[in-house]
Amino acid sequence: MTQSPTGASSTTAAPAAAPAMVKAEGVHKSFGSVEVLKGIDLEVRTGEVFCLIGPSGSGKSTFLRCINHLEKINAGRLYVDGELVGYRQKGDKLYELKDSEVAFKRRDIGMVFQRFNLFPHMTAVENVMEAPVQVKGTAKARARERATELLERVGLADKAGNYPSQLSGGQQQRVAIARALAMDPKLMLFDEPTSALDPELVGDVLDVMRDLAESGMTMVVVTHEMGFAREVGDSLVFMDGGVVVESGNPRDVLTDPQQERTKSFLSKVL
Amino acid sequence: MTVDVNKTDGCADVTPPAGPEAIKAVPVRHPGRYVSAAVALALLGAVVYAFAQGKINWDAIPEYFFDDRILDGVWNTLQLTILSMLIGIVGGIVLAVMRLSKNPVTSSIAWFYIWFFRGTPVLVQLFVWFNLGLVFEYINLGPIYKDYWSSFMTPLLTALLGLGLNEAAYMAEICRAGLLSVDEGQTEASHALGMSHVKTLRRIVIPQAMRVIVPPTGNEVINMLKTTSLVSAVQFLDLFKQAQDIGQNAGSSVEMYFLAAAWYLIMTSILSVGQYYIERYYARGSSRTLPPTPFQRFRAAVLPARRPKGVTA
Repeated sequence: MTQSPTGASSTTAAPAAAPAMVKAEGVHKSFGSVEVLKGIDLEVRTGEVFCLIGPSGSGKSTFLRCINHLEKINAGRLYVDGELVGYRQKGDKLYELKDSEVAFKRRDIGMVFQRFNLFPHMTAVENVMEAPVQVKGTAKARARERATELLERVGLADKAGNYPSQLSGGQQQRVAIARALAMDPKLMLFDEPTSALDPELVGDVLDVMRDLAESGMTMVVVTHEMGFAREVGDSLVFMDGGVVVESGNPRDVLTDPQQERTKSFLSKVL
Repeated sequence: MTVDVNKTDGCADVTPPAGPEAIKAVPVRHPGRYVSAAVALALLGAVVYAFAQGKINWDAIPEYFFDDRILDGVWNTLQLTILSMLIGIVGGIVLAVMRLSKNPVTSSIAWFYIWFFRGTPVLVQLFVWFNLGLVFEYINLGPIYKDYWSSFMTPLLTALLGLGLNEAAYMAEICRAGLLSVDEGQTEASHALGMSHVKTLRRIVIPQAMRVIVPPTGNEVINMLKTTSLVSAVQFLDLFKQAQDIGQNAGSSVEMYFLAAAWYLIMTSILSVGQYYIERYYARGSSRTLPPTPFQRFRAAVLPARRPKGVTA
């Protein structure tokens, strides 16, 4: 009954030998009677940029949300950095994690949403400071300093005092990326980060993401930006109907898809 | 009828427009407006005349306006309003969170509470609290406190319990609406950053819900201020009770009711101003998306000259 929040000792059953940041084994997820994920197997290696593409309703966003336990999986196993997501395994029994333990694990996983979800009642710099101050107990002055650095990194040093409603979509999304980075995550999840943006603003956000990829961050990116996937991605998975249809090197899959379903999808979006 | 001079002109001199000349048209007449204004003025005059005719001792109002008993009543009314609103707001937040919780027991209890207190008149509730001594002779909290119910249940406590617990039911619905108005993405973003449920509620959800909660709460405060007049029925010496007592002793009941009405109007006006500034505070960061309420628009029209001073202060 060690209450260690990291729970590292309790995952002896996990095959954590490989340097996999995310490992999914037969992940199933249903909403009521609708089965959205029908057995996903995949592996995201540490330090790589992993792109998930597919038509809407294919389950790619749902899978992403499972990784930080915003959705509960119904069957299969999902590991992040060698530890089970949302559960603790003792022998062959699974125990649900308490809310506080789930929250503790989420500290290490940054997430960027399609609709930004910035806190509208806080300025840009306050948005970035919020989690370090409230969750990690960082001193306010220190957190503000770091938040200013991060805003500078995403090219928004001059917007620190602005409220989200005074920023463009692209600026808001870059603040959201800075906000996620403020927790020094080991894994970043991007849920269609450019889908809600005007076309001319997409580039700024992708530049920040490219920059982040070059710094060695492990990233799982749900995207419709095939150009980004081809250029920056290390692995790519094409999902449809809740299963992985095809996976491999993005350049290979995008230029020479093997499956019929992949071909017809790519012919429509490229 | 002699006013319609223009009619005789007819429409003879209608010349084709020779350029972008300013239009000089005969405005449409609205005889109905004159008629309705005259009727309204006549009715108002009749009301004023009636009151001037009546045997009202107007001098009694300024005489008692700052009477110690009246000021005492004003203070008691304000105190009671603030304290019962505090009970109402705290209780309302607790009930709203209970109703939204996944625990079926707590959410049902909250539902039942709201159903009961919203469904029975406050006056009845006040009398029930006041007369509970008929059921419980003593109040006995073990070694801590023991007394007769009648001496425990002072008029102030009766009034506070009656008004506060009733208000909590209304505030619960207002708070619930506020909490539900915050986008779910906010909760998700907060959770994804590793913030706990409580921190998410306190730091992210409630500050945003306040924008929705404050205007109807301001309404409730003003309502509460007026509803406190009911507690004269349980012997609490509020403004209304004091005015009533003075009126009965001095033989000027109606005058004292006028006096009380004036004091209530003064207090509600001051509260409205306070509400405006609280709303402005919680609108920060979202004022661009939030259309001004009619109340705000009205205030904007009245206050623009004063605003620059207020902002720099």
